[in-house]
Amino acid sequence: MDRRTTFDGWLLPVLLVLPQLLLTGFFFYWPAGEAVWSSLTTQDAFGTGVVFVGLDNFSDLFGDPLYRQSALLTVGFCLAVAGLAMGLALALAVFADREIRGKGTYRTLLIWPYAIAPAMSAVLFLFILDPRVGLLGRWLNRHGVDWDYHLNGWQALTMVVLASAWKQVSYNFIFFLAGLQSIPRAVTEAARMDGAKGWHRFRTMTFPLLAPTTFFLLVVNVVYAAFDTFGTINALTHGGPGKDTETLVLKVFRDGVVNQDIGSSSAQSVILMLGVIAITAVQFRFMGKKVTE
Amino acid sequence: MKRRTLMAAATVLPFAQARAAEKTKIVWWHAMTAALGEQVNRIADEFNKSQDAIEIQAVFKGGYADTMNAAIAAFRAGQAPHLVQVFEVGTGTMINAPGKVVKQVWELSKETGVVLEPKNYIGAVRGYYSLPDGRMASMPFNSSTAVMWYSKDAFKKAGLDPEKAPTTWQEVVKAAQAIKAKDAAEIPMTSSWVSWIQMEQYGALHNLPFATKENGFAGLDAELSFNSKAHVKHIDRLLAMAKDGTFKYSGRDNAPDQLLVSGKAGIHFNSSGMRGDMVKSAKFEWGEALLPFDPEVAKAPLNSIIGGASLWTMTAPGRTPAEYKAVAQFLQFIGKAENDAYWHQHTGYVPVTLGGFELSQKQGFYEKNVGADLPVRQLSRGTVTPSSKGLRLGRLVEIRNIVYEELEKAFQGGQTGQQALDTAVARGNKVLREFQKSIKA
Amino acid sequence: MTGQTKPDYLSHAVLALGVFLFALPVWLVLAGSTQDSDAITRGEISLIPHLSGLSSYPRVLTEGTMGTEPVWHMLLVSLGMALCIALGKIAISILSAYAVVFFRFPFRKIAFWSIFVTLMLPVEVRIIPTYSVMATFGLINTFTGLWVPLIASATATLLFRQVFVAIPDELVEAARMDGAGPLRFLKDIVIPVSGANIAALFVILFVYGWNQYLWPLLVATDPGLDTIVIGLVKMIGVETQTDWSAVMATAVLALLPPVAVVLLMQRWFVAGLTEGEK
Repeated sequence: MDRRTTFDGWLLPVLLVLPQLLLTGFFFYWPAGEAVWSSLTTQDAFGTGVVFVGLDNFSDLFGDPLYRQSALLTVGFCLAVAGLAMGLALALAVFADREIRGKGTYRTLLIWPYAIAPAMSAVLFLFILDPRVGLLGRWLNRHGVDWDYHLNGWQALTMVVLASAWKQVSYNFIFFLAGLQSIPRAVTEAARMDGAKGWHRFRTMTFPLLAPTTFFLLVVNVVYAAFDTFGTINALTHGGPGKDTETLVLKVFRDGVVNQDIGSSSAQSVILMLGVIAITAVQFRFMGKKVTE
Repeated sequence: MKRRTLMAAATVLPFAQARAAEKTKIVWWHAMTAALGEQVNRIADEFNKSQDAIEIQAVFKGGYADTMNAAIAAFRAGQAPHLVQVFEVGTGTMINAPGKVVKQVWELSKETGVVLEPKNYIGAVRGYYSLPDGRMASMPFNSSTAVMWYSKDAFKKAGLDPEKAPTTWQEVVKAAQAIKAKDAAEIPMTSSWVSWIQMEQYGALHNLPFATKENGFAGLDAELSFNSKAHVKHIDRLLAMAKDGTFKYSGRDNAPDQLLVSGKAGIHFNSSGMRGDMVKSAKFEWGEALLPFDPEVAKAPLNSIIGGASLWTMTAPGRTPAEYKAVAQFLQFIGKAENDAYWHQHTGYVPVTLGGFELSQKQGFYEKNVGADLPVRQLSRGTVTPSSKGLRLGRLVEIRNIVYEELEKAFQGGQTGQQALDTAVARGNKVLREFQKSIKA
Repeated sequence: MTGQTKPDYLSHAVLALGVFLFALPVWLVLAGSTQDSDAITRGEISLIPHLSGLSSYPRVLTEGTMGTEPVWHMLLVSLGMALCIALGKIAISILSAYAVVFFRFPFRKIAFWSIFVTLMLPVEVRIIPTYSVMATFGLINTFTGLWVPLIASATATLLFRQVFVAIPDELVEAARMDGAGPLRFLKDIVIPVSGANIAALFVILFVYGWNQYLWPLLVATDPGLDTIVIGLVKMIGVETQTDWSAVMATAVLALLPPVAVVLLMQRWFVAGLTEGEK
C-alpha cells in the first residue's frame, strides 16, 4: 500500500491530518468510549446513579434467546436485502450495457432514486403496500390474496426487504454498470467469436470479471442493510408483528431510546461496533491486496 | 465529575445572558404536531401577551418518545428544558426520577409560592399524575380516554339501531356478527392501541388489577397480573372474533384509525381525541359511545383511565428561582378555566380542570357538539379503585410493546390467549425488575 | 460493428420495467400532492394529478402548514447543512489522505488506522453520547452543531487514499525535480487529477447530509433550524388529521434538490465513484 516516492518533513503532514483526527477523537472515540463504559454499568435513565456491573449486560444478552433470534434475523435480512438489491442492479446493468437506443436515458432514470431519503422510501411504500390504503395492497386483497403485514410475519419481512432493497438498487447499478464498462470489449468480442451464448458468456466471462465489484458491493450492502434501514423498518412495522422484523439496530434503539435501558443498549452498540469493525477489516484486507497487485 | 462542572459552566453562560435581558425565558418541549401544535403555540403566545416578565418558547421535539428521549439526553448533558410534555406511559420513569432531576408540582408550588391546587383538577386525570398521598407530581395537560366509535351507516345496513350503541361485550359481538352477515362494512370491528384499550382500560372498567401493588402505585416491586382468567376471557373473545372474521387486528398504536375514518370499519376503539378527525373527514354518519363492559365479569363498569400527556418541570445546573417561578406561573395560567376550556373545545382532549368542564357546559359547547362530554362522563363515573386509577409502572412503553408482540403471535395463530398473556407477564416482569434495579443504582 | 438490425426488445422491456418500478412510488406522491387530503386519508388516492390542486405548492413554500416554518426556509437550512457537510468532509478528507499517502511521519500508521476504524460506523449507535459531547462544547441548538459531528467519518478519506495511491510516482518525482513543494503539488496536480472523485463524493455527501433526520432532531431545538426532512415529519400528525396534500407537496420539494444534484452531476458522479474502487 505504500508509495515509493514521498515528500519529506513531518510537521506539515501532521497539521494536515490533525483536523480529521480531532473530529474523529471528539465525535467518535469520546462517544464510543462513553458507550463502552455505559455497557459495563447499570444506570437509571437520567444517569444520576451508575453502578459498575462488569460484563453482566453482555452475558445477559448472550443468554437471551430473543437476542440470538434477533441476530439470526438480522443476518437473514442483510443477505436478503443485499442479494435482492444487487441481483436486480446487476440485471439492469447488464441490459443497460447493451448497445440499445436510449440507453443514456435509461441510465439516468435508473440512477436518480439514489437521492431518496430512507425515511421517505418507507412513506412511499406505505402508499403502495398498505393493505387498505396502498394501491397494490388493496388490489391484492380484492383478488383473494390475504395481504396484511400487520399480522403476517413473512409478509412484513418481505415488505421491509423490498422497501430496503429498492432504495439501494440505484447505488449498486452505478457500480455494476461501471464494472461492466471496464471489461475490455475485445474480451467479450472474443468470447462471442468462440460462440459463447448469452447466459453462458455471462456466467463464465463477465461475472468472474465483476468479482471485485461484487465483493465490494456485498460489504457495502450488508452494512447498509444492518444499519441504514432503521428508519425504513421503524416507520413500516416497528419491528413487528411479534418480533418478526426486529433487527439488531432496531433493538438497540428500542432498548436505549424507548426503554431507557442504557446499560444493555450500550452493550448492544458495542457488539455492533465490533461487528462493523470486523467487516471493514475484512474488506480492507481485500482492497489493500488489490491495490498492491 | 470534572466533566459535569465543565458542562455546568457551559450552560450557565447563556443563562447569565438571559438574566441580563429583561424577560425570563422559559423553554417548553412538546410533541404536538399539526393542528395540535398550532394550539400549543397559541397557548404560548397568549401567555406571552398576558404579561411582560416572562417569555415562553414552545418547541416541537418529535413524537412522544422522541421528546422524552431528547429531554433525558438533554438532562444528562445539563441542558434540560424548563418544561417537557411526557406521555402517560413515561410517568413511571419520570416520577421515579432520582433526586433533583425533576421538580414535582407540589414542590414547585411550595418553593415558589405560586398556588397550584390539586383539587381544581378532575380526579381521574389528577390521580394518574399524583403521588399516593394526593400531592401532584406533574401537571395534567392533554388528556383523553378510550371510547367506542361506530359507523351508523353500517349499523343501519346491518339492521341494527344506529342510535343505540351496544353497551356490553356480548352485544358488541352480536353487532359485529350482524355487520358481517349483511356485509355492512368491510371490517366489522377493529381497535387501535390494543394494549391500552383492550388490556389496561378493560382492566380498569372491570376492576381487574393490571399489576400488584395497586397497579404499581404502591411500590416498585409490583408484578404484572394481567393474565387472570377474566383477562384471558376477553382476549379469547377477540381471538374467536378474529377467527370468524368479525374482528381484525390492524396494527399497533393508532395505525387502524384509517379504517374507521375511511368508512371501512363498522366498530372501532380509539382515543376520544379522534373526534376532530371524524368531524373533519368522515364522509358517513358515525357515533361515539362508552366503552362496552362484560356483565359476567363486573356488575357495572367503573371509570375508564386516561391517556395523553402531562407537563414535567425539569432541573438544570444554574437554573434560578425566578425561572422556576415563571414555570409555576405558566402552569397556573394553563389551568385557568377559560384556557382549559378553550384547549378542550379546540382539540378533542378532555378538560383537565373542573372549572374548564363547567365553563364548557355554561358556554353551551355540549349542546352544540352532542356527545363531546361523553369521555368526561366515562372518566368520572363510579368510585376510583386501586385498579382503576391508572398505571404506575416503569418502562411501560416496553411492556406495551411486549403485549403487542405476544398478542400478534396469538392473532397469527401461533399461541393461545392464555399462553400470550402468560408470556407477556413473564417478559414484562423481567422488564420491571430491570427497572427496579436501575432505580436502586 | 455488432451488426444489430432489429431492436433489442428484451433489454427495452427489462429497463422500462426497472424505470417504472422506481418511478411509480414517486409518481404516486406527485399525484397525491395535488389531491384532496381527506380523500387520501380515506385511501382514495388517484394516479392522475389534478392540475387545479397545484396551489398546495405555493402555499407550503410561503407559509408551511399546520404551524411549521415556511418550506422555503427549511429548504435553505437543509441546503446549508448539506453543503457544509459535503464541502467540510471533502476538505478534511483530502488533507488527511494527502498526508497519509505522500508523507512518512511518526505515528502515520496509527493516525491512519484510528481514522480507518470509524469507517461506516453509523451515527445512530453513538448518538446519545455524541449529544453530550456537543453540549460540552455549547453547540446544541446552533447551525454548527447540525453539521460538524457528521463530517467525522472515514469513508471519504479512504476513497481519496485509493485515488492518491494510484497517482504515478513519476508525477511526484517530476514535481520534486521542478522544486514544487508539497502544497503546490496538492493544489496543481493532486486536486485537479481527482476532480471526478471530488465531484462524486460531493454528490454522495450532499445526499447524505440532505437526508439526515435523527441528528438534527436531537441537536436543534429552535424551529428556525428545522431541516426539510424534520419539517416533513412534523407535518405528519400523530394524534390528529394530516394535511396529506401539503405533506406530499413538501415531500416532492424535499426530493427535488438532491435529485437535481444527482442528475446534474451524473457524469462525474458515476465516473468518480467507480474509479476509486477499481
